[in-house]
Amino acid sequence: MDILIPIFIVGSVGAFFGIGLGIASKKLFVHIDPRIPKILEILPNANCGACGYPGCSGFAKAVAEGKASPNSCIPGGAKCAHTIADLLGVTTSTEEPQMAVVHCKGGKKEAVERAIYNGIQDCNAATIIGNGSKVCQNGCLGLGTCLRACPFNAIRINGNGVAEVDFEKCTGCGKCVRSCPRNIISMIPRVHKIFLACSNRERGAKVKKYCSVGCTACTLCVKATPSGAINMENNLPVLDYTKDENFITAAHKCPSDCFTDLVKIRSKANIDTKCDGCGLCVTVCPVTGVIAGEKGLRHVIDKERCIGCGICLNICPPHAISLWGTGSIPKQARMLD
Amino acid sequence: MNNFASLISISIGAVFINNFILSKFLGLCPFFGVSKKLSSATGMGLAVIFVMAIASSFTWIINKFVLIQFDVTYLQTIVFILVIAALVQLVEMALQKYSPSLYEALGIYLPLITTNCAVLGVALINTGVNTFSGKPYSFFESLLNGVMSGVGFMLALLLMAGLREKLELSDIPKTLEGLPISFITAGLMALAFLGFAGLNFFPPIGG
Repeated sequence: MDILIPIFIVGSVGAFFGIGLGIASKKLFVHIDPRIPKILEILPNANCGACGYPGCSGFAKAVAEGKASPNSCIPGGAKCAHTIADLLGVTTSTEEPQMAVVHCKGGKKEAVERAIYNGIQDCNAATIIGNGSKVCQNGCLGLGTCLRACPFNAIRINGNGVAEVDFEKCTGCGKCVRSCPRNIISMIPRVHKIFLACSNRERGAKVKKYCSVGCTACTLCVKATPSGAINMENNLPVLDYTKDENFITAAHKCPSDCFTDLVKIRSKANIDTKCDGCGLCVTVCPVTGVIAGEKGLRHVIDKERCIGCGICLNICPPHAISLWGTGSIPKQARMLD
Repeated sequence: MNNFASLISISIGAVFINNFILSKFLGLCPFFGVSKKLSSATGMGLAVIFVMAIASSFTWIINKFVLIQFDVTYLQTIVFILVIAALVQLVEMALQKYSPSLYEALGIYLPLITTNCAVLGVALINTGVNTFSGKPYSFFESLLNGVMSGVGFMLALLLMAGLREKLELSDIPKTLEGLPISFITAGLMALAFLGFAGLNFFPPIGG
Protein backbone atom coordinates (compact mmCIF):
# COMPACT_ATOMS: atom_id res chain seq x y z
CA MET A 1 0.00 0.00 0.00
CA ASP A 2 2.92 2.32 0.72
CA ILE A 3 3.68 2.57 -2.95
CA LEU A 4 0.32 4.22 -3.59
CA ILE A 5 1.26 7.38 -1.66
CA PRO A 6 4.16 8.47 -3.91
CA ILE A 7 2.18 7.45 -6.98
CA PHE A 8 -0.70 9.57 -5.79
CA ILE A 9 1.52 12.53 -4.93
CA VAL A 10 3.59 12.62 -8.09
CA GLY A 11 0.45 11.93 -10.11
CA SER A 12 -1.53 14.71 -8.51
CA VAL A 13 1.33 17.22 -8.70
CA GLY A 14 1.74 16.30 -12.37
CA ALA A 15 -1.98 16.56 -13.00
CA PHE A 16 -2.18 19.89 -11.18
CA PHE A 17 0.57 21.43 -13.28
CA GLY A 18 -0.61 19.71 -16.44
CA ILE A 19 -4.11 21.08 -16.11
CA GLY A 20 -2.67 24.45 -15.06
CA LEU A 21 -0.51 24.59 -18.15
CA GLY A 22 -3.43 23.49 -20.30
CA ILE A 23 -5.61 26.30 -19.01
CA ALA A 24 -2.74 28.76 -19.25
CA SER A 25 -2.02 27.88 -22.85
CA LYS A 26 -5.66 28.71 -23.69
CA LYS A 27 -5.73 31.89 -21.63
CA LEU A 28 -2.31 33.10 -22.63
CA PHE A 29 -2.62 32.13 -26.27
CA VAL A 30 -0.63 34.44 -28.49
CA HIS A 31 -1.41 34.50 -32.15
CA ILE A 32 1.73 33.71 -34.04
CA ASP A 33 2.00 33.47 -37.77
CA PRO A 34 1.25 29.78 -38.56
CA ARG A 35 3.83 29.93 -41.33
CA ILE A 36 6.69 30.51 -38.87
CA PRO A 37 6.75 26.96 -37.43
CA LYS A 38 6.35 25.59 -40.95
CA ILE A 39 9.35 27.58 -42.19
CA LEU A 40 11.26 26.49 -39.11
CA GLU A 41 10.61 22.89 -40.06
CA ILE A 42 12.08 23.42 -43.53
CA LEU A 43 15.21 25.16 -42.24
CA PRO A 44 18.24 23.06 -41.27
CA ASN A 45 17.85 24.20 -37.63
CA ALA A 46 21.59 24.40 -37.23
CA ASN A 47 21.19 27.84 -35.58
CA CYS A 48 24.45 28.88 -37.21
CA GLY A 49 23.56 32.55 -37.57
CA ALA A 50 24.98 32.82 -41.08
CA CYS A 51 21.79 34.61 -42.15
CA GLY A 52 22.40 37.43 -39.70
CA TYR A 53 19.44 36.60 -37.47
CA PRO A 54 19.56 35.07 -33.98
CA GLY A 55 19.08 31.42 -34.83
CA CYS A 56 16.69 29.71 -37.21
CA SER A 57 13.56 30.88 -35.37
CA GLY A 58 14.61 34.50 -35.76
CA PHE A 59 15.22 33.94 -39.45
CA ALA A 60 11.87 32.14 -39.88
CA LYS A 61 10.09 35.08 -38.31
CA ALA A 62 11.92 37.59 -40.51
CA VAL A 63 11.09 35.57 -43.63
CA ALA A 64 7.42 35.31 -42.70
CA GLU A 65 7.29 39.05 -42.16
CA GLY A 66 8.96 39.62 -45.49
CA LYS A 67 12.04 41.22 -43.94
CA ALA A 68 14.42 38.53 -45.12
CA SER A 69 14.70 36.72 -48.40
CA PRO A 70 14.22 32.92 -48.28
CA ASN A 71 17.56 32.40 -49.99
CA SER A 72 19.55 33.95 -47.13
CA CYS A 73 19.93 30.56 -45.48
CA ILE A 74 23.38 29.47 -46.60
CA PRO A 75 23.46 25.91 -45.19
CA GLY A 76 19.93 25.27 -46.50
CA GLY A 77 20.94 26.20 -50.02
CA ALA A 78 18.75 26.37 -53.07
CA LYS A 79 16.48 23.47 -52.13
CA CYS A 80 15.52 25.04 -48.82
CA ALA A 81 15.00 28.45 -50.43
CA HIS A 82 12.68 26.95 -53.06
CA THR A 83 10.57 25.10 -50.50
CA ILE A 84 10.13 28.22 -48.38
CA ALA A 85 9.36 30.36 -51.40
CA ASP A 86 6.70 27.85 -52.48
CA LEU A 87 5.20 27.93 -48.99
CA LEU A 88 5.03 31.71 -48.92
CA GLY A 89 3.98 31.99 -52.56
CA VAL A 90 6.89 34.25 -53.45
CA THR A 91 9.54 33.89 -56.07
CA THR A 92 13.12 33.74 -55.05
CA SER A 93 16.27 34.07 -57.00
CA THR A 94 18.08 31.01 -55.86
CA GLU A 95 21.65 31.92 -55.88
CA GLU A 96 24.04 29.16 -56.59
CA PRO A 97 26.45 28.44 -53.77
CA GLN A 98 29.42 30.70 -54.23
CA MET A 99 33.06 30.60 -53.32
CA ALA A 100 35.79 33.19 -53.28
CA VAL A 101 38.73 33.09 -55.67
CA VAL A 102 41.86 35.23 -55.86
CA HIS A 103 42.42 36.59 -59.34
CA CYS A 104 46.20 36.52 -59.23
CA LYS A 105 48.82 33.82 -59.20
CA GLY A 106 51.93 35.83 -59.85
CA GLY A 107 53.99 35.14 -56.77
CA LYS A 108 57.65 35.49 -55.92
CA LYS A 109 58.65 33.20 -58.80
CA GLU A 110 56.61 34.86 -61.53
CA ALA A 111 56.11 38.52 -60.66
CA VAL A 112 58.89 41.10 -60.52
CA GLU A 113 59.24 43.27 -57.43
CA ARG A 114 60.29 46.91 -57.75
CA ALA A 115 60.93 47.58 -54.07
CA ILE A 116 61.42 45.84 -50.77
CA TYR A 117 58.54 46.42 -48.41
CA ASN A 118 59.43 46.31 -44.74
CA GLY A 119 56.43 48.12 -43.30
CA ILE A 120 53.39 46.87 -41.45
CA GLN A 121 52.53 43.41 -42.72
CA ASP A 122 49.12 44.37 -44.06
CA CYS A 123 47.92 44.88 -47.63
CA ASN A 124 46.13 48.15 -46.82
CA ALA A 125 49.29 49.63 -45.32
CA ALA A 126 51.38 48.47 -48.29
CA THR A 127 48.86 49.94 -50.74
CA ILE A 128 49.07 53.36 -49.10
CA ILE A 129 52.86 53.41 -49.35
CA GLY A 130 53.61 53.58 -53.06
CA ASN A 131 50.92 51.05 -53.98
CA GLY A 132 52.79 47.94 -52.92
CA SER A 133 56.12 46.44 -53.84
CA LYS A 134 55.13 44.63 -57.04
CA VAL A 135 55.52 46.18 -60.45
CA CYS A 136 52.07 44.86 -61.30
CA GLN A 137 49.53 47.28 -59.91
CA ASN A 138 46.83 44.61 -59.72
CA GLY A 139 48.76 41.70 -58.26
CA CYS A 140 48.20 40.06 -54.91
CA LEU A 141 50.37 41.67 -52.23
CA GLY A 142 50.39 38.49 -50.16
CA LEU A 143 50.39 40.26 -46.79
CA GLY A 144 47.31 38.41 -45.63
CA THR A 145 44.60 41.04 -45.09
CA CYS A 146 42.07 38.63 -46.59
CA LEU A 147 43.43 35.78 -44.48
CA ARG A 148 42.68 37.75 -41.32
CA ALA A 149 39.24 38.75 -42.62
CA CYS A 150 38.24 35.12 -43.25
CA PRO A 151 36.21 33.75 -40.34
CA PHE A 152 36.59 30.16 -41.55
CA ASN A 153 40.37 29.88 -41.96
CA ALA A 154 39.81 29.17 -45.63
CA ILE A 155 42.55 31.45 -46.96
CA ARG A 156 46.27 30.94 -46.75
CA ILE A 157 49.29 32.66 -48.24
CA ASN A 158 50.98 29.93 -50.24
CA GLY A 159 54.73 29.37 -50.45
CA ASN A 160 54.80 31.58 -53.51
CA GLY A 161 53.49 34.60 -51.60
CA VAL A 162 50.00 34.69 -53.08
CA ALA A 163 46.70 34.33 -51.25
CA GLU A 164 44.89 31.09 -51.98
CA VAL A 165 41.33 30.09 -51.07
CA ASP A 166 40.64 26.56 -49.90
CA PHE A 167 37.35 26.04 -51.70
CA GLU A 168 36.34 23.19 -49.44
CA LYS A 169 36.44 25.46 -46.40
CA CYS A 170 35.07 28.56 -48.13
CA THR A 171 31.41 29.20 -47.28
CA GLY A 172 30.95 32.10 -49.70
CA CYS A 173 30.41 34.77 -47.06
CA GLY A 174 32.29 37.37 -49.11
CA LYS A 175 34.21 38.99 -46.26
CA CYS A 176 37.55 38.61 -48.06
CA VAL A 177 36.13 40.25 -51.18
CA ARG A 178 35.49 43.42 -49.21
CA SER A 179 38.78 43.27 -47.34
CA CYS A 180 41.08 43.19 -50.39
CA PRO A 181 42.43 46.70 -51.12
CA ARG A 182 43.22 45.66 -54.69
CA ASN A 183 39.77 44.22 -55.39
CA ILE A 184 41.19 41.04 -56.85
CA ILE A 185 39.02 38.59 -54.93
CA SER A 186 35.59 37.80 -56.30
CA MET A 187 32.86 35.21 -55.89
CA ILE A 188 32.22 32.53 -58.48
CA PRO A 189 29.64 29.71 -58.49
CA ARG A 190 30.98 26.70 -56.63
CA VAL A 191 30.26 24.28 -59.48
CA HIS A 192 32.76 26.10 -61.63
CA LYS A 193 36.28 25.28 -60.63
CA ILE A 194 38.03 27.33 -63.32
CA PHE A 195 38.72 31.04 -63.03
CA LEU A 196 41.07 33.64 -64.47
CA ALA A 197 43.94 34.11 -62.04
CA CYS A 198 45.01 37.54 -63.25
CA SER A 199 43.68 41.05 -62.81
CA ASN A 200 46.24 43.01 -64.83
CA ARG A 201 44.64 45.45 -67.24
CA GLU A 202 47.71 46.29 -69.32
CA ARG A 203 48.48 44.89 -72.74
CA GLY A 204 50.80 42.32 -74.15
CA ALA A 205 54.52 42.84 -73.99
CA LYS A 206 54.34 45.25 -71.06
CA VAL A 207 52.82 42.59 -68.83
CA LYS A 208 55.32 39.96 -69.89
CA LYS A 209 58.18 42.14 -68.60
CA TYR A 210 57.08 41.86 -65.00
CA CYS A 211 54.90 38.78 -64.73
CA SER A 212 55.26 35.46 -66.49
CA VAL A 213 51.70 34.41 -65.70
CA GLY A 214 50.08 37.75 -66.50
CA CYS A 215 47.24 38.07 -69.00
CA THR A 216 48.48 39.69 -72.19
CA ALA A 217 44.98 40.21 -73.57
CA CYS A 218 45.77 37.93 -76.51
CA THR A 219 42.07 36.90 -76.72
CA LEU A 220 42.94 33.27 -77.48
CA CYS A 221 40.56 32.18 -74.69
CA VAL A 222 37.75 34.17 -76.29
CA LYS A 223 38.36 32.39 -79.58
CA ALA A 224 38.47 29.02 -77.85
CA THR A 225 35.02 29.60 -76.39
CA PRO A 226 32.47 29.60 -79.20
CA SER A 227 29.60 29.82 -76.72
CA GLY A 228 30.49 33.48 -76.17
CA ALA A 229 30.91 33.06 -72.43
CA ILE A 230 34.18 35.00 -72.42
CA ASN A 231 34.31 38.65 -73.38
CA MET A 232 37.19 41.10 -73.23
CA GLU A 233 36.78 44.07 -70.92
CA ASN A 234 39.64 46.44 -70.14
CA ASN A 235 42.16 44.02 -71.62
CA LEU A 236 40.95 41.21 -69.39
CA PRO A 237 38.73 38.28 -70.32
CA VAL A 238 35.54 38.27 -68.27
CA LEU A 239 34.08 34.82 -67.66
CA ASP A 240 30.30 34.69 -67.79
CA TYR A 241 29.40 31.85 -65.44
CA THR A 242 25.71 32.03 -66.30
CA LYS A 243 26.40 30.67 -69.76
CA ASP A 244 26.50 26.97 -70.48
CA GLU A 245 30.25 26.67 -70.58
CA ASN A 246 32.92 24.89 -68.58
CA PHE A 247 35.94 27.01 -69.67
CA ILE A 248 38.20 23.95 -69.84
CA THR A 249 39.21 24.68 -73.43
CA ALA A 250 39.88 28.35 -72.67
CA ALA A 251 42.08 27.42 -69.72
CA HIS A 252 43.94 24.93 -71.89
CA LYS A 253 44.50 27.40 -74.71
CA CYS A 254 45.87 30.25 -72.57
CA PRO A 255 49.54 30.74 -73.57
CA SER A 256 50.43 32.45 -70.29
CA ASP A 257 48.70 29.85 -68.12
CA CYS A 258 46.60 32.55 -66.47
CA PHE A 259 43.72 30.28 -65.58
CA THR A 260 43.55 28.21 -62.43
CA ASP A 261 41.69 24.92 -62.41
CA LEU A 262 40.90 23.79 -58.89
CA VAL A 263 40.17 20.28 -60.12
CA LYS A 264 43.47 18.47 -60.16
CA ILE A 265 42.39 15.50 -62.29
CA ARG A 266 39.64 16.05 -64.82
CA SER A 267 37.55 13.22 -66.20
CA LYS A 268 38.72 11.91 -69.54
CA ALA A 269 36.66 11.18 -72.63
CA ASN A 270 36.31 7.59 -73.71
CA ILE A 271 35.02 6.20 -77.01
CA ASP A 272 33.09 2.94 -76.72
CA THR A 273 32.26 0.24 -79.28
CA LYS A 274 29.33 2.22 -80.72
CA CYS A 275 31.88 4.37 -82.59
CA ASP A 276 31.40 4.14 -86.34
CA GLY A 277 34.59 6.01 -87.16
CA CYS A 278 33.00 9.10 -88.71
CA GLY A 279 35.85 11.28 -87.47
CA LEU A 280 33.66 14.22 -86.39
CA CYS A 281 35.23 14.24 -82.95
CA VAL A 282 38.68 14.72 -84.41
CA THR A 283 37.55 17.94 -86.10
CA VAL A 284 36.04 19.49 -82.95
CA CYS A 285 38.68 18.43 -80.44
CA PRO A 286 40.60 21.51 -79.22
CA VAL A 287 43.77 19.51 -78.57
CA THR A 288 45.38 18.36 -81.78
CA GLY A 289 46.29 14.71 -82.03
CA VAL A 290 44.42 13.45 -78.99
CA ILE A 291 41.84 11.48 -80.92
CA ALA A 292 43.28 9.09 -83.47
CA GLY A 293 41.86 6.42 -85.67
CA GLU A 294 41.24 5.48 -89.27
CA LYS A 295 38.01 6.47 -90.95
CA GLY A 296 35.37 3.78 -90.47
CA LEU A 297 37.15 2.18 -87.51
CA ARG A 298 36.75 2.78 -83.78
CA HIS A 299 38.73 5.84 -82.71
CA VAL A 300 40.90 5.99 -79.59
CA ILE A 301 41.51 8.89 -77.21
CA ASP A 302 44.92 9.57 -75.72
CA LYS A 303 43.97 9.62 -72.02
CA GLU A 304 47.18 11.35 -71.03
CA ARG A 305 46.50 14.41 -73.12
CA CYS A 306 42.68 14.63 -73.13
CA ILE A 307 41.66 17.76 -71.18
CA GLY A 308 38.11 16.54 -70.56
CA CYS A 309 36.35 19.54 -72.08
CA GLY A 310 33.44 17.39 -73.23
CA ILE A 311 32.98 19.07 -76.62
CA CYS A 312 33.12 15.76 -78.48
CA LEU A 313 30.35 14.27 -76.34
CA ASN A 314 27.43 16.00 -78.03
CA ILE A 315 28.87 16.06 -81.52
CA CYS A 316 29.18 12.26 -81.75
CA PRO A 317 26.29 10.93 -83.91
CA PRO A 318 26.03 7.46 -82.29
CA HIS A 319 26.65 8.87 -78.77
CA ALA A 320 29.70 6.70 -78.37
CA ILE A 321 31.71 9.11 -76.21
CA SER A 322 31.34 9.53 -72.46
CA LEU A 323 33.46 11.05 -69.74
CA TRP A 324 35.18 8.65 -67.38
CA GLY A 325 36.74 9.53 -64.10
CA THR A 326 36.26 11.83 -61.18
CA GLY A 327 32.96 13.28 -62.31
CA SER A 328 34.06 16.72 -61.23
CA ILE A 329 32.82 18.54 -64.28
CA PRO A 330 29.87 20.90 -63.81
CA LYS A 331 26.56 19.26 -64.57
CA GLN A 332 25.62 21.61 -67.39
CA ALA A 333 28.94 20.87 -69.04
CA ARG A 334 28.49 17.11 -68.92
CA MET A 335 25.32 17.15 -71.00
CA LEU A 336 24.75 13.42 -70.87
CA ASP A 337 21.23 12.68 -71.91
CA MET B 1 19.25 34.40 16.23
CA ASN B 2 20.80 37.27 14.42
CA ASN B 3 18.51 37.38 11.44
CA PHE B 4 20.20 40.12 9.49
CA ALA B 5 23.61 38.51 9.85
CA SER B 6 22.30 35.19 8.59
CA LEU B 7 20.83 36.86 5.51
CA ILE B 8 24.15 38.48 4.69
CA SER B 9 25.89 35.17 5.31
CA ILE B 10 23.54 33.46 2.89
CA SER B 11 24.03 36.15 0.26
CA ILE B 12 27.80 36.19 0.37
CA GLY B 13 27.89 32.44 0.67
CA ALA B 14 25.75 31.98 -2.42
CA VAL B 15 27.53 34.55 -4.56
CA PHE B 16 31.18 33.96 -3.65
CA ILE B 17 31.94 31.10 -1.29
CA ASN B 18 29.61 28.50 -2.76
CA ASN B 19 29.46 29.97 -6.25
CA PHE B 20 27.44 27.52 -8.33
CA ILE B 21 29.82 27.37 -11.23
CA LEU B 22 33.23 27.97 -9.75
CA SER B 23 32.87 26.11 -6.44
CA LYS B 24 30.05 23.63 -6.91
CA PHE B 25 30.68 23.00 -10.63
CA LEU B 26 26.98 22.95 -11.44
CA GLY B 27 25.54 24.41 -14.63
CA LEU B 28 28.78 24.17 -16.60
CA CYS B 29 26.96 23.56 -19.87
CA PRO B 30 25.40 27.03 -20.17
CA PHE B 31 28.56 28.46 -18.62
CA PHE B 32 30.60 27.41 -21.64
CA GLY B 33 27.79 27.59 -24.16
CA VAL B 34 26.58 31.13 -23.56
CA SER B 35 29.77 32.87 -22.45
CA LYS B 36 31.04 33.86 -25.87
CA LYS B 37 29.43 37.27 -25.90
CA LEU B 38 28.85 39.68 -23.04
CA SER B 39 25.38 40.59 -24.26
CA SER B 40 24.04 37.04 -24.40
CA ALA B 41 25.74 36.26 -21.08
CA THR B 42 23.79 39.11 -19.51
CA GLY B 43 20.52 37.75 -20.88
CA MET B 44 21.31 34.26 -19.72
CA GLY B 45 22.37 35.50 -16.27
CA LEU B 46 19.13 37.43 -15.78
CA ALA B 47 17.11 34.43 -16.91
CA VAL B 48 18.93 32.21 -14.42
CA ILE B 49 18.30 34.65 -11.53
CA PHE B 50 14.65 34.78 -12.49
CA VAL B 51 14.19 31.02 -12.79
CA MET B 52 16.16 30.30 -9.63
CA ALA B 53 14.04 32.74 -7.63
CA ILE B 54 10.81 31.17 -8.89
CA ALA B 55 12.12 27.65 -8.51
CA SER B 56 13.32 28.18 -4.92
CA SER B 57 10.08 29.71 -3.73
CA PHE B 58 7.77 27.18 -5.36
CA THR B 59 9.79 24.12 -4.53
CA TRP B 60 9.96 25.33 -0.92
CA ILE B 61 6.17 25.48 -0.79
CA ILE B 62 5.78 22.07 -2.44
CA ASN B 63 8.37 20.57 -0.14
CA LYS B 64 6.86 22.00 3.02
CA PHE B 65 3.18 21.41 2.33
CA VAL B 66 3.21 18.29 0.19
CA LEU B 67 6.37 16.26 0.48
CA ILE B 68 7.00 16.69 4.20
CA GLN B 69 3.31 16.29 5.05
CA PHE B 70 3.17 12.90 3.36
CA ASP B 71 6.69 11.97 4.42
CA VAL B 72 7.90 11.37 0.86
CA THR B 73 10.89 13.74 0.72
CA TYR B 74 12.76 11.09 -1.28
CA LEU B 75 10.61 12.17 -4.23
CA GLN B 76 12.25 15.61 -4.20
CA THR B 77 14.28 15.23 -7.38
CA ILE B 78 11.45 14.09 -9.64
CA VAL B 79 8.83 16.41 -8.16
CA PHE B 80 11.13 19.42 -8.26
CA ILE B 81 12.04 18.85 -11.88
CA LEU B 82 8.35 18.55 -12.71
CA VAL B 83 7.50 21.73 -10.83
CA ILE B 84 10.39 23.74 -12.26
CA ALA B 85 9.74 22.64 -15.83
CA ALA B 86 6.03 23.44 -15.58
CA LEU B 87 6.68 26.80 -13.96
CA VAL B 88 9.22 27.89 -16.52
CA GLN B 89 6.81 26.90 -19.25
CA LEU B 90 4.11 28.94 -17.58
CA VAL B 91 6.36 31.95 -17.14
CA GLU B 92 7.44 31.71 -20.75
CA MET B 93 3.83 31.79 -21.89
CA ALA B 94 2.99 34.68 -19.62
CA LEU B 95 6.02 36.62 -20.82
CA GLN B 96 5.09 36.04 -24.44
CA LYS B 97 1.62 37.34 -23.77
CA TYR B 98 2.27 40.31 -21.53
CA SER B 99 5.84 41.37 -22.16
CA PRO B 100 7.01 40.51 -25.67
CA SER B 101 10.14 42.63 -25.30
CA LEU B 102 11.28 40.75 -22.21
CA TYR B 103 10.36 37.51 -23.96
CA GLU B 104 12.60 38.48 -26.86
CA ALA B 105 15.46 39.10 -24.44
CA LEU B 106 15.07 36.00 -22.25
CA GLY B 107 12.96 33.76 -24.47
CA ILE B 108 15.74 31.67 -26.00
CA TYR B 109 17.43 31.10 -22.65
CA LEU B 110 14.41 30.11 -20.59
CA PRO B 111 13.88 26.61 -22.04
CA LEU B 112 17.65 26.06 -21.87
CA ILE B 113 17.74 26.30 -18.10
CA THR B 114 14.46 24.57 -17.33
CA THR B 115 16.08 21.29 -16.44
CA ASN B 116 19.49 22.65 -15.65
CA CYS B 117 21.33 21.04 -12.77
CA ALA B 118 22.08 24.42 -11.18
CA VAL B 119 18.38 25.21 -10.90
CA LEU B 120 17.58 21.81 -9.43
CA GLY B 121 20.65 22.19 -7.24
CA VAL B 122 19.44 25.39 -5.64
CA ALA B 123 16.08 23.80 -4.87
CA LEU B 124 17.70 20.77 -3.25
CA ILE B 125 20.15 22.90 -1.24
CA ASN B 126 17.29 25.06 0.05
CA THR B 127 15.40 22.11 1.40
CA GLY B 128 18.43 20.24 2.69
CA VAL B 129 20.28 20.83 5.94
CA ASN B 130 22.37 23.96 5.54
CA THR B 131 25.61 25.02 7.15
CA PHE B 132 24.45 28.20 8.82
CA SER B 133 21.66 27.08 11.10
CA GLY B 134 21.67 23.33 10.82
CA LYS B 135 18.06 23.53 9.65
CA PRO B 136 16.43 23.83 6.26
CA TYR B 137 16.03 27.42 5.08
CA SER B 138 12.88 29.38 5.81
CA PHE B 139 10.81 30.57 2.87
CA PHE B 140 12.46 33.97 2.73
CA GLU B 141 15.93 32.50 3.16
CA SER B 142 15.22 30.09 0.30
CA LEU B 143 14.13 32.91 -1.95
CA LEU B 144 17.22 34.91 -1.04
CA ASN B 145 19.48 31.93 -1.60
CA GLY B 146 17.83 31.37 -5.00
CA VAL B 147 18.30 34.97 -6.12
CA MET B 148 21.85 35.18 -4.78
CA SER B 149 22.86 31.86 -6.36
CA GLY B 150 21.57 33.29 -9.61
CA VAL B 151 23.62 36.43 -9.05
CA GLY B 152 26.68 34.25 -8.42
CA PHE B 153 25.97 32.35 -11.63
CA MET B 154 25.63 35.62 -13.54
CA LEU B 155 28.84 36.96 -12.00
CA ALA B 156 30.82 33.94 -13.12
CA LEU B 157 29.18 34.03 -16.55
CA LEU B 158 29.92 37.72 -17.05
CA LEU B 159 33.53 37.37 -15.90
CA MET B 160 34.00 34.47 -18.28
CA ALA B 161 32.32 36.26 -21.17
CA GLY B 162 34.52 39.32 -20.64
CA LEU B 163 37.62 37.15 -20.61
CA ARG B 164 36.56 35.20 -23.67
CA GLU B 165 35.87 38.36 -25.65
CA LYS B 166 39.45 39.42 -24.89
CA LEU B 167 40.77 35.93 -25.67
CA GLU B 168 39.21 36.13 -29.14
CA LEU B 169 41.66 38.89 -30.00
CA SER B 170 44.76 37.50 -28.36
CA ASP B 171 47.41 35.28 -29.83
CA ILE B 172 46.60 31.77 -28.62
CA PRO B 173 48.46 28.60 -29.66
CA LYS B 174 46.47 26.89 -32.38
CA THR B 175 45.78 23.76 -30.32
CA LEU B 176 44.25 25.77 -27.48
CA GLU B 177 41.97 28.01 -29.51
CA GLY B 178 38.30 28.07 -28.53
CA LEU B 179 37.06 25.69 -25.88
CA PRO B 180 40.40 24.38 -24.54
CA ILE B 181 41.65 27.80 -23.47
CA SER B 182 38.22 28.46 -21.96
CA PHE B 183 38.51 25.31 -19.85
CA ILE B 184 41.93 26.43 -18.60
CA THR B 185 40.59 29.91 -17.87
CA ALA B 186 37.64 28.45 -15.98
CA GLY B 187 39.99 26.26 -13.95
CA LEU B 188 42.10 29.26 -12.98
CA MET B 189 38.97 31.21 -12.07
CA ALA B 190 37.80 28.34 -9.90
CA LEU B 191 41.16 28.34 -8.13
CA ALA B 192 40.82 32.07 -7.53
CA PHE B 193 37.32 31.64 -6.15
CA LEU B 194 38.68 29.05 -3.74
CA GLY B 195 40.15 32.04 -1.92
CA PHE B 196 36.65 33.08 -0.87
CA ALA B 197 36.38 29.92 1.24
CA GLY B 198 38.30 31.79 3.94
CA LEU B 199 35.69 34.56 3.91
CA ASN B 200 33.94 33.45 7.07
CA PHE B 201 33.29 36.64 8.98
CA PHE B 202 29.94 35.60 10.40
CA PRO B 203 30.29 32.62 12.71
CA PRO B 204 27.87 29.79 11.95
CA ILE B 205 24.63 30.33 13.82
CA GLY B 206 23.52 27.68 16.25
CA GLY B 207 26.22 25.32 15.30
